[in-house]
Amino acid sequence: MSTRLATGGRLIDRTRPLGFSFDGARLRGYAGDTLASALLANDRMLVGRSFKYHRPRGILASGAEEPNALLGLGTGARFEPNVRATQQPLFEGATATSQNAWPSLAFDIGILNDLAARLLPAGFYYKTFIHPRPFWKHLFEPVIRRAAGLGRAPREADADRYEQLYAFADVLVAGGGVAGIAAALAAAATGARVILAEQTAHWGGRAPVDGDRIDGQAAAEWVAAALARLGAMPNVTLLPRTMVAGVYDHGYVLAEETLADDPAPGHARRRLWRIRARRIIAATGAIERPLAFAGNDRPGVMLASAVRDYVVNWAVSPGDRTVIVTNNDDAYRTALALLDAGLAVPAILDARPEATGALPAALRARGVRVEAGRAVARVLGRGRVRAVQTCLQAGEGAVIDEIPCEAVAMSGGWSPVVHLWSHCGGKLRWDEGRAMFAPDPARPPTGADGAAMVIAAGAASGALHATDCLRDGHEAGRRAAAEGGSMPPEAASPAEAPHAEAPAEAPLMPVWRMPQGAGVRLAAKMWLDFQNDVKVSDVELAAREGYQSVEHAKRYTTLGMATDQGKTSNINGLAVLAGAIDAPIPAVGTTTFRPPYTPVVIGTLAGEARGAVFQPLRRTPIHGWHEARGAHWEPVGQWRRPYCFPQGGESHADAVRREVLAVRNAVGLLDASTLGKILVKGPDAGRFLDMLYTGVMSTLPVGKCRYGLMCNENGFLSDDGVVARLSEDTFLCHTTSGGADRIHGWMEDWLQCEWWDWKVYTANLTEQYAQIAVVGPKARAVLEGLGGIDVSAEAFPFMAWVEGTLGGIPARIYRISFSGELSYEIAVPAARGLELWERLMDAAAPHGATPYGTEALHVLRAEKGFIMIGDETDGTVTPQDLNLGWAISKKKADYLGKRGQERSFLTHPDRWRLVGLETLDGSVLPDGAYAVAEGTNANGQRNTQGRVTSTYFSPTLGRGIAMGLIARGPERMGEVVGFPTLDGRVVQARICDPVFYDKAGEKQNV
Amino acid sequence: MLTLTCPNCGVAADETELAPGGEAHLKRFGPGASDDDFEAYMFARANPKGIHFERWRHAYGCGKWFLAARCTATLEVFATYPAQSAAPPEAVLAAIRARRPGWEGRS
Repeated sequence: MSTRLATGGRLIDRTRPLGFSFDGARLRGYAGDTLASALLANDRMLVGRSFKYHRPRGILASGAEEPNALLGLGTGARFEPNVRATQQPLFEGATATSQNAWPSLAFDIGILNDLAARLLPAGFYYKTFIHPRPFWKHLFEPVIRRAAGLGRAPREADADRYEQLYAFADVLVAGGGVAGIAAALAAAATGARVILAEQTAHWGGRAPVDGDRIDGQAAAEWVAAALARLGAMPNVTLLPRTMVAGVYDHGYVLAEETLADDPAPGHARRRLWRIRARRIIAATGAIERPLAFAGNDRPGVMLASAVRDYVVNWAVSPGDRTVIVTNNDDAYRTALALLDAGLAVPAILDARPEATGALPAALRARGVRVEAGRAVARVLGRGRVRAVQTCLQAGEGAVIDEIPCEAVAMSGGWSPVVHLWSHCGGKLRWDEGRAMFAPDPARPPTGADGAAMVIAAGAASGALHATDCLRDGHEAGRRAAAEGGSMPPEAASPAEAPHAEAPAEAPLMPVWRMPQGAGVRLAAKMWLDFQNDVKVSDVELAAREGYQSVEHAKRYTTLGMATDQGKTSNINGLAVLAGAIDAPIPAVGTTTFRPPYTPVVIGTLAGEARGAVFQPLRRTPIHGWHEARGAHWEPVGQWRRPYCFPQGGESHADAVRREVLAVRNAVGLLDASTLGKILVKGPDAGRFLDMLYTGVMSTLPVGKCRYGLMCNENGFLSDDGVVARLSEDTFLCHTTSGGADRIHGWMEDWLQCEWWDWKVYTANLTEQYAQIAVVGPKARAVLEGLGGIDVSAEAFPFMAWVEGTLGGIPARIYRISFSGELSYEIAVPAARGLELWERLMDAAAPHGATPYGTEALHVLRAEKGFIMIGDETDGTVTPQDLNLGWAISKKKADYLGKRGQERSFLTHPDRWRLVGLETLDGSVLPDGAYAVAEGTNANGQRNTQGRVTSTYFSPTLGRGIAMGLIARGPERMGEVVGFPTLDGRVVQARICDPVFYDKAGEKQNV
Repeated sequence: MLTLTCPNCGVAADETELAPGGEAHLKRFGPGASDDDFEAYMFARANPKGIHFERWRHAYGCGKWFLAARCTATLEVFATYPAQSAAPPEAVLAAIRARRPGWEGRS
């Protein structure tokens, strides 16, 4: 059993015990523990069930690479799934739960999958559940989804706070091991701005555990002194508990800092750092590889480095007797650590033909049985390790002897953590001698200056030995400061690197399968990817079935596709694939490394951008008035516009009906402030607008308004609105509410990039003015109530504008109409908007004073057959399709979209064109419904001949009205077409004129 | 996420401040143009792995358009220059040749 040792533990504080729970059981640990070390100290070797076969799984690693110990942490709104127990510091009251087990971790029914493992090989789901097709969606997938999955998503909104921060650095060092510290020291000495980020709460990485000496001090002491120096430098920012998640273009880096595990109310839990770094040093260390032997996934089989960490850092014994199995010298350090803690090492099984280096010699000198050329044939024990059977590495697995033990420490060598090097395109080279992919300095990720923006340092660059590692880190720091900083490195950077003393190590021997001649029965129990349950036999099967590309084999077997992204499995997996297809490992290559390095909580990425501040909200000057009157809101771009103003217990539909009738019969007020208002001024303004609009604007007299259409170069309608000529060289262009910024950008594009010699200036004045539409037969009376401007029909005709003082407020009034009624749109300085609105409401009181919203606006315009950008248009509709030929100049040589509209398919007579649609039964057509035609298309679907673009209940007419685009529509007046609905009915509608109300336009010409 | 220096205001702008505008130095074909010329103007775009000329707008900055010469493979930026350029200026071409000896120009 695993237990806490009586003494030792570099990181724990035995004076501060902490209580926590795991699957309801109350347990105790110490401050400084991780969840993983505390679980092991409580003999909780079994922490989860595997993804596919539900095999019992224990803790494999001690850091970010942990594939098994994924737990649910917290409850309710603070529940977080898939927390790696190895990275989660213990805190008082922590509530952890196991995942992927039912009904309980110890008695999991899914283990039946393991008994049937032979029937569930790679690609099983693909092969088995294809037919019959409907079964997948309705039967197989729901069942498989419930059985699979590594943690469930939280069900409540995240109760925690997150924040974000921008930072700039000359040199960002990712990784606070000794290489990263050496790099930071060298870079910071030049005065460069340095950020040093370390994903754990502790500095120094592996060196203090491995017992190296640096500059004559114990590694831990050197680290403490170095950190004190760095901490005192104003140009250095130290970020412990900060995981550098990804490196992006031009030195952009995202990092996630954990601020508190159990934050006080109102305090942030995590922080996203958005860093721009001129040089990035990836001092991210290396990850130990498992060995592939039968039963290597049993609880109690751990990485050798992890065993060492648990003993030295947290005084946790993985068991009284630990067998070491290795292909390199480094794992011998684990044996030393175990012996120093008073634990037993019954044997060291070294796969290499001989083990004669300094470290093996030291172990032999302490009386440990060191067996060269030896391997593990299989691990015995089910819920935990009971013994190992040994065999010859060179053989097929014939058992030589059986060694009782509680734990197995395995080491298959080390893989540099190349993620940050690779995220932005850095390439790797295969180091044959050390059997690893390492960054290729000749092919780095490059930045804006064309030079390497990432420098790999220390173990991450392949400098695994402590001496090389420190020198490498130091040199990386000097180089990064020279390239990214502003001072010459000779000035201040110490030329001498810190010097580490550590025993020399003999070369490793690549071992991808143990024993090398193992047959399929053993291979089917050799795990590669622990989290996604991929075995040696699965990769070999994929290769046999033709998935020989590493990217294909990955997807077929799911190797490396779990939340750990294959940190412990990728190299072993592709080596097995290489063996299966007889290709050299570098020819097989690696899969792509993508950010984030370890998963980032969504809340961190969202930061404060949630709820009411998810995005900016634009409010008109009259917004507060609408809000106080209980307006029902509709989002229009980033604006909120009142959809309607329900009164009493009125439904929205009833409110819209009342508002429409008030406009038709008396007067209504609309807050039109969101309407785009772009000033276009200059000697060439008229010429410019003639290019922009399909119609002619240069001939518009001062004092008049004209409706205009804008198209893109493809010929499709993009925006519409009324243009007013304010003076000889000044026009005010109204755009749709959602289109103002886009159209302003469009104008600037042409002015800056095509006609840059034209003398035109534009300004987006949308927010400078409040605009209020007073609409209805009583509109004139309302304006007369305010006084100051002659609004009589004679003085102020339709499609004119006047300027003056309305009720004491400076105003410009446009006599334009989007409803077919007598209508004035009054623009005043934004600061006077609410005042004008209230004055108008008072003046309109004798006539009912009805404010109306966007839905009534839509109904009113649809009754008149006016188009709406975004309803009648969708980016594939021309003005000609909408019968708007009258607004297109035939005389102009050119306008944007003219050439596009000349193409044959846009002039084809079969195009869908705008018509009105009246249902035979008076009902309202479903929005977006299609009109079906005879026959079916190549996909067996009914042919279509048109669709509904706008559809409303018309309170004025007392029935449904609609507009739609119908093939050859205007030629087919009176024809009846059918619109199938979602509930299987077919609604019959007659093609008619789209102007349903006041065709002669008498109501607006009064 | 790219950083491009706006030649109009001098700010080294993050990509989030910029709006992309596609390939630079297109020649507009309007009424009277052949179908082939119009199609090329509307739809045919270079998509090189290598040196490319692009339009960008400093949308959340000074609002001005500018052009950038950069390598789409290495993300190296050779120059940013005014949008009022019918073709890459000689200084921009020289900056590219200095970094890519033997470069034969736009295809």
